[in-house]
Amino acid sequence: MHLSPDELTALWLSAKIALCCMLACLPAGVAVAWLLARHDFRGKLLLEAFVQLPMVLPPVVPGYLLLVVFGNRGPIGGWLHQHFGVQLAFNWKGAVLASATMAFPLMVQPVRLAFQMIDRRLEQAAATLGASPWRVFATISLPLAIPGIVAGAILCFSRALGEFGATMAFVGNIPGETRTVPLAIYSALHQPGGEAAAARLAALSIALAFAAMLFSHLLTRRSERKLGYRTRAHA
Amino acid sequence: MLTLDFEFTRGAFTLRARCEVGATVTGICGPSGAGKSTLLAHIAGLLKPARGRIVFDDQVLFDSSARVFVPAHQRHFGLVFQDGQLFPHLTVRANLLYGQKHLMADQRRFDLRTVLDLLEIDHLLERRPGQLSGGERQRVALGRALLYSPRLLLLDEPLSSLDRRLKAQILPFLKRIRDETGIPMLYVTHAREEITALDGEIVEMEAGMLPAA
Repeated sequence: MHLSPDELTALWLSAKIALCCMLACLPAGVAVAWLLARHDFRGKLLLEAFVQLPMVLPPVVPGYLLLVVFGNRGPIGGWLHQHFGVQLAFNWKGAVLASATMAFPLMVQPVRLAFQMIDRRLEQAAATLGASPWRVFATISLPLAIPGIVAGAILCFSRALGEFGATMAFVGNIPGETRTVPLAIYSALHQPGGEAAAARLAALSIALAFAAMLFSHLLTRRSERKLGYRTRAHA
Repeated sequence: MLTLDFEFTRGAFTLRARCEVGATVTGICGPSGAGKSTLLAHIAGLLKPARGRIVFDDQVLFDSSARVFVPAHQRHFGLVFQDGQLFPHLTVRANLLYGQKHLMADQRRFDLRTVLDLLEIDHLLERRPGQLSGGERQRVALGRALLYSPRLLLLDEPLSSLDRRLKAQILPFLKRIRDETGIPMLYVTHAREEITALDGEIVEMEAGMLPAA
């Protein structure tokens, strides 16, 4: 399959944004998942609903809100721009923020499930062996949740690759800056004679998403076996 | 010497524990559902009693009126669960050393070699918990608790998941621990004969009431 330079640029941009989005969501996602899985606190239901919200909203709504808050005249965006010279709107960093907003729930859910599935008595056993809560988390809970964390990271990455609505609203469709693969497909469809390019990019998207899912299942299996959840004979 | 005088809730019930534990082996006996495991979790510091006091030797571990609560990881008690609760992602060696690793040198009462010989688990070191039999798992769990050099060993029905033959195999190891380490044991079980076999004192627990012994 031959890709034009513009299409290649879109592909690399997509990969860069999705990777940055995954890396940004990883620590925050693990922290929120841990909070939701293991702690009861006031307003937990609200936090849960808030985390899930982007999944059920039309993506353009979070995009619009990002523009209001993080735009150059927004309360946070303006401050960042003024003090650090960082611009998010109409910029690839803003595309990372938009994808992160949309992909975050997909990171949290599997990690949370993984934490919930850990037998709490393992954590208690570690505590009765003198391990502080931090050490219990680092040496017992976190390693046992690795399959869920891998699944969450890959889901997050894939969702970021496919991000369209929020990105479009917040950072626009600027070639070489914010025009990722989905936006490039959209643009191609609106150009006379762009069908071939759209088809190529669509095929590429399908292949990428499929590979990510396959990779995720493979990794999950491997780590489950390593952790003793699954024995080779049964796998 | 462990002094218990506290109330705790288990489900909808409020239970009361009041006794002094001084013998080398003390068995807390009672039918299943009497709240024995919950009691042990409170002694271990995994749960916080509703009110009362827990004192070990001269250290106050819990006192509701003085707002004292020493959490599990600072009590230095070993706890052996019914089904071992070995860490599935670690080898037997890493499991055994988990508690000992962070002890100061002068706190370590046993080395790995001694415990391996005592419990005859030398050949299991590089295995994972998933590859152990029930009896092997319990021996490793005992070893893990011992290497932590606890001031008190809490045993929560350590033999109940084993069949009669395996029980008979593990009991001698418990006797060895009693004779060779001198660590006091608090042993929760519904099988009185296990305590009798260890020449322990028996405290009856009925419907959550643990009377003064």
